[in-house]
Amino acid sequence: MYVLGIETSCDETGVAIFHSQQGLLSHHLYSQVKTHADYGGVVPELASRDHVKKLIPLISRALSAAGIDKYRVDGIAYTAGPGLIGALLAGAAVARSLAWALGIPSVAVHHMEGHLLAPLLEPDPPEFPFIALLVSGGHTQLVEVEAIGRYKILGESLDDAAGEAFDKTAKMLGLGYPGGPEIGRLADEGLAGRFVFPRPMTDRPGLNFSFSGLKTHTLTTLAATSSTRQDKADIAAAFQEAVVDTLLIKSQRALEETGLVRLVVAGGVSANRRMRKKLHEMGREKGYRIYFPRLEFCGDNGAMIAYAGCQRLLAGHAEPLEIRARPRWPLSDLLPP
Amino acid sequence: MNLLAVETATEACSAALFSGGRIIERYQVAPQEHNRLILPMIEAVLAEAGLQLAQLDALAFGRGPGSFTGVRIATGVVQGIAFGAELPVVPVSTLAALAQEALDEIDEEYVYACIDARMGEIYWGVYRRGETGLAELIGEEAVLSASEVPFPQDSHGVGTGSGWARYEAQLTERLGERLGTIFTDRFPRAALTARLGAEAFREGISVPPEQALPVYLRDDVAKKPVPRR
Repeated sequence: MYVLGIETSCDETGVAIFHSQQGLLSHHLYSQVKTHADYGGVVPELASRDHVKKLIPLISRALSAAGIDKYRVDGIAYTAGPGLIGALLAGAAVARSLAWALGIPSVAVHHMEGHLLAPLLEPDPPEFPFIALLVSGGHTQLVEVEAIGRYKILGESLDDAAGEAFDKTAKMLGLGYPGGPEIGRLADEGLAGRFVFPRPMTDRPGLNFSFSGLKTHTLTTLAATSSTRQDKADIAAAFQEAVVDTLLIKSQRALEETGLVRLVVAGGVSANRRMRKKLHEMGREKGYRIYFPRLEFCGDNGAMIAYAGCQRLLAGHAEPLEIRARPRWPLSDLLPP
Repeated sequence: MNLLAVETATEACSAALFSGGRIIERYQVAPQEHNRLILPMIEAVLAEAGLQLAQLDALAFGRGPGSFTGVRIATGVVQGIAFGAELPVVPVSTLAALAQEALDEIDEEYVYACIDARMGEIYWGVYRRGETGLAELIGEEAVLSASEVPFPQDSHGVGTGSGWARYEAQLTERLGERLGTIFTDRFPRAALTARLGAEAFREGISVPPEQALPVYLRDDVAKKPVPRR
């Protein structure tokens, strides 16, 4: 089965062709990061305007790179949420209408299901069940994944998402957007241990997160220095270490509490090198297998949507003639295909 | 000629089929529900005409101005269908569709078409009845305050659209003697988009799906932060 996947939930236009037996055949991404960098964050209206311009050319390219024409496509998977409503609708309108015109089924995919299944696109994919740590600009969640569509939220952020904390902290340090990679680079120049930031909510039971306090801590720490480049680098290192440690402690706790031995880490923040290194070390030490998507599939992309949609289409999923967009959509609302 | 049109730029959602001079339409005022309604409406007009997508010659869509999200729904729908069914697309002004309805209904020379653009502004276009009876734009469409609208000095005509409901007082004061009937409860509809689209297509106007794009008029949608010293 050939599945066309379309992702437009935020500031990346992603398109991919996935085949149920042959695997991923092509994927293309248009990133709007440069457009939004000038504004210090994603401007939803500009994101929506860009999707409308980029989507059809990207679909054409993905089809020709996969070596098929549009009539060979068996189903279309599109991100229906969660995300920015205007951006979601821009992609959903094209995806659902194209499926209708081609007379093939479509499936409205949950963006975070796409992320948590992304490591299944790799050559050595995790087996079910596993724990998924989803960390992006909009989400920080620990999910017990029994099978596709069987998700139990074990914990989540009570305030800022981890990626959001990176963005806000980067802004305080005078760095650009998106903040994650900027902080990662600056932290490399930092002196480990000069500052030690708290690991929020790790001193009490439970699997929830809170990252908003780290911002305040950054601000007061910065104010007590003379704000040199080295001061900022030392702060970036301390901040990154605190976020990574907190995610690690809670992930390890989730594995211990459930007795599961596999951890999948996905979402934009999963590209953070420090986190990849420390989680792999923790896995080796404790006997857990840790799975990350390849770097290019950590962020938003069409491949993960094509993959997730394909699993549901294979199970015979069909939906009404409706362009679906659901900006708020709890992962726990999903059902097995 | 068989041409399918959609118009979703305002509170109203509609699809229409122009087929051999006859027009079949589905129309509903249903804010926030266009994504749910538009494809079934398209299916309904095709079914009523007994036509398949493959029998169409072209698509038309209301390219705006109007609600940004609304305009993008029509845009996305025609892009998807045009790409899938390999059809050319005719972009039609949402204000022109609004004006055409008024010209068909009232024996006036001019139409002042006006859609509420929020933020204290309106989308504005002055149209004149052309030789074939079709609406012809005078000057340019614009987004601006109701007290600043431009119009030809010698015009006299009908006011139509949601902008009139909100800014009737200011617009009446500005236009004065030039104003005849006012329709405050009208929304652009696909039947007129289809008619204008069919005429444009006959004249050879169409674009491929990736060039079927919205016309927003309002482009200052975000402010860049002032760089810190």
